[in-house]
Amino acid sequence: MTSRKITLPDAEVLLQTLAEKLKPLLQPNTALVGIQSGGVWLMQRLLTMLDSTITANHIEHGTLDVSFYRDDYAQRGLKIETRPSQITFDVEGKHIILIDDVFYTGRTTRAAMNELFDYGRPASISLVALINRGGRELPITPQITAADITLHTNQNLQLIQNADGILSLELQTSSE
Amino acid sequence: MRMNNPQLDADGRLKHLLSIEGLPKKILNQILDTAESFVGVAEREVKKVPLLRGKTVCNLFFENSTRTRTTFEIAAKRLSADVISLNVNASSQSKGETILDTINNLIAMHADMFVVRHAQSGAAHFIAQHVPAHIHVINAGDGRHSHPTQGLLDVFTIRKYKPDLHNLRVAIVGDILHSRVARSEIHALTTLGVPEIRVIAPKTLLPTQVEKLGVHVYHDINAGLKDVDVVMMLRLQNERMNGAMLPSVQEYFKTYGLTQERLALAKPDAIVMHPGPMNRGVEIDSSVADGRQSVILPQVTYGIAIRMAVMAILAGGQAGGAQ
Repeated sequence: MTSRKITLPDAEVLLQTLAEKLKPLLQPNTALVGIQSGGVWLMQRLLTMLDSTITANHIEHGTLDVSFYRDDYAQRGLKIETRPSQITFDVEGKHIILIDDVFYTGRTTRAAMNELFDYGRPASISLVALINRGGRELPITPQITAADITLHTNQNLQLIQNADGILSLELQTSSE
Repeated sequence: MRMNNPQLDADGRLKHLLSIEGLPKKILNQILDTAESFVGVAEREVKKVPLLRGKTVCNLFFENSTRTRTTFEIAAKRLSADVISLNVNASSQSKGETILDTINNLIAMHADMFVVRHAQSGAAHFIAQHVPAHIHVINAGDGRHSHPTQGLLDVFTIRKYKPDLHNLRVAIVGDILHSRVARSEIHALTTLGVPEIRVIAPKTLLPTQVEKLGVHVYHDINAGLKDVDVVMMLRLQNERMNGAMLPSVQEYFKTYGLTQERLALAKPDAIVMHPGPMNRGVEIDSSVADGRQSVILPQVTYGIAIRMAVMAILAGGQAGGAQ
């Protein structure tokens, strides 16, 4: 796999856009759920950026690691590193906003939804992604994104967090 | 076994769990960390994940066990597997069928995983050598040899209460000689870097050259318990005892039983463990077993998470490889 830099949007700028778009959705009885690991970084930043709205509406939050629900387990096995999912609030009747970094096939979202339903029956689930890279394979699409970029299947777009917590995007192209 | 470790595949991934001996630290940590994620599953509304959907797990118990069999069964069910538990003592074996015939019949029924307990050391290894490549074997206790999931759940429990394994003093007390649990615990603790492991037992209940496992030997329980962080009690294994190794059970309790007074010699925040089933008043006093420092019941709970982790790691990713 070779890594070459092409012009990518600044993830920090996209995060600002995402926060603006997310704000109107933050009503009482909504809850934010970040998907490991990029979605959790984004959620943590959004919690700080939208703090006053989140506090005013008593919005709860949690994290999901969808490893136990992935549909490629039989092919690829379990990831070496799994993290415990942490949903400490009552999912029943909540309007859940799932947060992911890059939306691609929709399979991670499906896994996340399946896992959420094992905690209870939410009133609704929406999906917020920093980037929609195109290529969905399921009837699932994000309600809110900060950017839409069309990428080829041999390209892998990843959100990176540096030691200071600054987010950036990295594109890798495999030479197959 | 060192050269060709039957537990690992060509890429160094876990294929069977037969003993802790021979497992690299990386794999032990992978199992413990994965178990951490499974602990929370039991606290949810739906205590199940779909990983082993469509797989069939066979619990083959050639030797009696209640706790181990039940926790393996619950673990497999919480992974959505179909589970069959066979008490082989009571079925075909008594009619003269060989182990391999029993196994081959279950493979013909499309079993995917075997959980094996047997009174004979090496039974799980033997089965693992004879099953096709897509089938996984877990040792649930073989003779005096090994009980790897018990060793793992014990270490997991210790890590939960005492996260810094590199600063621990652990005492294992009792019938080390007949205990596959002790052997697995010692290997796990050593591999994970616990600096001081003590074994406390009368000479007759210690294997010869036990020091070679890297442990410190004590015959006096009062000296052995001094300033330890973890006290792991072992059951006095009446069913494995041949000949007169002990004067009497009462005498044993007097000399090696864990009482409140003796526990007070350990660190004030020391935890007390026991793999069960307990002989109250033989190796452990009831007031200690039910006391503030006892983590005996959490051990049972964590045993399910450990067994889920082992099964989930084994059953996934036949081709390709995990990232």
